[in-house]
Amino acid sequence: MAGKGRGVGAFTFNIDALGIGRGNMPEARVGPSPLFPNTDFKPVPLKAGEDEDYMLALKQEMRGTMQRLPHNIKPQSNKAEVERYTERYLKQSQIDGNEWTPDWNLFPKELMPRRKRPRAKTGTKKSAKISRKDAENILTKLDELANKDDPEKSDEETEKKPGNKDEEEEIEEEEYEEEDIEEENDYIESYFDNGEDFAADSDDNMDAEATY
Amino acid sequence: MTAQEVRLCGLLLREHFGEVVEKVGTHLLKCGAQNLRTIIHETGLSVDLVKKSLCVLVQHGASTFSSGRKGPGSPTEYHASCDRILRILRYPRYIYTAKTLYGDTGELIIEELLQRGHTTMSSTVKTVADRLTQNMAEGLTMDYSEVSSTFSKLVETHFLQRCPPLPRVGNKDSSAPSETPAIPGTPAAPVNTAPPTPESFPECYKVPSVTLIGRGKRQLASEDGEEQRSAKRTHGDEGIYWQVNFERFHLHFRDQTIISAVANKLDQTSSEIVRTMLRMSEVTTSPMATCTKPLSANEIFRSLPPSYNILRPILDQYLTLLVDDPMEFVGKAGESGGGMFVVNLHRALANLARATLESVVQERFGSRSARIFRLLLRKRHLEQKQVEDFAMIPAKEAKDMLYTLLSQNLVQLQEIPKTPDYAPSRTFYLYTVNQLPTARMLLQSCYKTVANLVERRLFETKESKRLLEKSQRIEAILASLQVSGAEPEQLTEVEEMITAPEKQQLDTLRLHINKLDSAENQVDETIFLLESYINSTNASS
Repeated sequence: MAGKGRGVGAFTFNIDALGIGRGNMPEARVGPSPLFPNTDFKPVPLKAGEDEDYMLALKQEMRGTMQRLPHNIKPQSNKAEVERYTERYLKQSQIDGNEWTPDWNLFPKELMPRRKRPRAKTGTKKSAKISRKDAENILTKLDELANKDDPEKSDEETEKKPGNKDEEEEIEEEEYEEEDIEEENDYIESYFDNGEDFAADSDDNMDAEATY
Repeated sequence: MTAQEVRLCGLLLREHFGEVVEKVGTHLLKCGAQNLRTIIHETGLSVDLVKKSLCVLVQHGASTFSSGRKGPGSPTEYHASCDRILRILRYPRYIYTAKTLYGDTGELIIEELLQRGHTTMSSTVKTVADRLTQNMAEGLTMDYSEVSSTFSKLVETHFLQRCPPLPRVGNKDSSAPSETPAIPGTPAAPVNTAPPTPESFPECYKVPSVTLIGRGKRQLASEDGEEQRSAKRTHGDEGIYWQVNFERFHLHFRDQTIISAVANKLDQTSSEIVRTMLRMSEVTTSPMATCTKPLSANEIFRSLPPSYNILRPILDQYLTLLVDDPMEFVGKAGESGGGMFVVNLHRALANLARATLESVVQERFGSRSARIFRLLLRKRHLEQKQVEDFAMIPAKEAKDMLYTLLSQNLVQLQEIPKTPDYAPSRTFYLYTVNQLPTARMLLQSCYKTVANLVERRLFETKESKRLLEKSQRIEAILASLQVSGAEPEQLTEVEEMITAPEKQQLDTLRLHINKLDSAENQVDETIFLLESYINSTNASS
């Protein structure tokens, strides 16, 4: 054992066994390793061929398609008026099939969107859904009225107002609207099976809705 | 479920399903199985968003649900599977393989199924026929029966399989696995059973008798489309959902890799022989088998493709060469029938993984370090002095390289004590390389690489977002002008709205994005090889 504690860099074991001499020790570290160290060997270039080009095209297409499918869930964002102009061009390229309801036989029932009637917190959703049913109701009621008054004027107005409201709700809560549209869906039938709720709601909110 | 894997899964989910699904998915991956309430509480998202995300994840097979841990009454728990999400990287390869095997029809069927998760046969056939019809010349339409026959072929060769039914309500397929029927409304299954794999379902590969008569329709106007959709027709296969069988594709990729390795190392004829052997044993070999069933040389001779008319003695010579090759692709299992030969699948994978490791070391540290690495792989344990002698590299440089490899964890140090007190002066220190842990480490760094590539691509896209939007808008304007029939001057005027430097910027951006995407695809090939090797060692151990 050389340098029994006399030298500063004394080691407790025979350093030659590891093959590293006293002079060959690497320098002590002065800080964290650099974020982008120099690479002496550059990476090999990518394979470029017909197969690779085709797979590249497939990948980009698939990404684009999957972003437009209904599986892609967008967070609810408040869009200012300015944004809508640019997005009008982007919306043109959306796929039509925007409705997607899974087969509830394969999914746990708890994942079904539930609509409980007394919902104090989310008032907007309740009014959104009610107004949709309401809109149809209003249309029928106003049709009757229209037969007495001006036929064209009231029809136009009622068509425009539910149309505007639908568009707003569509933009805010796209998901709910789409599920509502499909009237033939099983689960909507099963959730909406009493006629009393339907009529009662429309009576409750008729006065509120009438003030446009 | 390492940190790198979770990070990559999150990025893949974000790109394909949106940020909401990413949040839910990564939460499930990090925290294991959880029930709905906990997920809602911990992610802080609204109830409907969480429900929708879970629906999307279950639809695509990325998440499974089962009854809670405390028994049949507890709420269902959702469990995300990391492997399944990582498969998204490989989607282009699956689609391309289907194209090479079954043409455009097969390609579109697989693409539809990958995009939608699982669908019924009838809806897939209709959508694919419509898409094919759109691309065909005017006046031609694609018949449903052609698409159905391709679908059946895909099922026969096991590339598609049925989704397993849930072991609950009794109104599903009559051949559902016999579990105790659950109370309707609670999706419960007996607590001790694992979720049924698709293979355990006996009718996994049976095509239902579906009445599908018709031809693909061109998308003329949106009103026609809506009318079609509103007319709901049942075709006799409601409730039978199909999904892509990834394992079968992986077996196919593995065979392709072995064949191309033989072609690179030896020659075209030997690769044809190996391809014939693999083709003959496709149906008889189980997915986890170490090697194929023994085939006699006579059988191989008879099954060679007719374009390769080599003589019998030449075939024997080739087989002997293949057996003697150090890569050990083919082994001899007996002498009957002119010699019984097997393809050593697991050993071939191990050798291919080893070649990958060696090439990584070579590309990163130089050919002399690679020489040291190969030496250590072959000789297992060597002392410092022996390494210098065998590798024929001067001592100082050898020390330096060994130290670099050691610091990168590619080489490990093994201590062999002479005395029980592990005194350093009386201990042997041997350098060694362990192939399996090194392969695992490399796999993790591959995941990190892909995640970095994706992030860089997202960053580049975000940087040039305004430019991209502008170009998209101009394209839309151009398209609408062309449809409405405008003069060329108007078109050029619109095109000039993008200035030349902007165009150049767009070109460079496009080039970068293509490069990054292509790099992701190719790193995925390495990932596949390393994953197959690691899984094969798991299976045999």
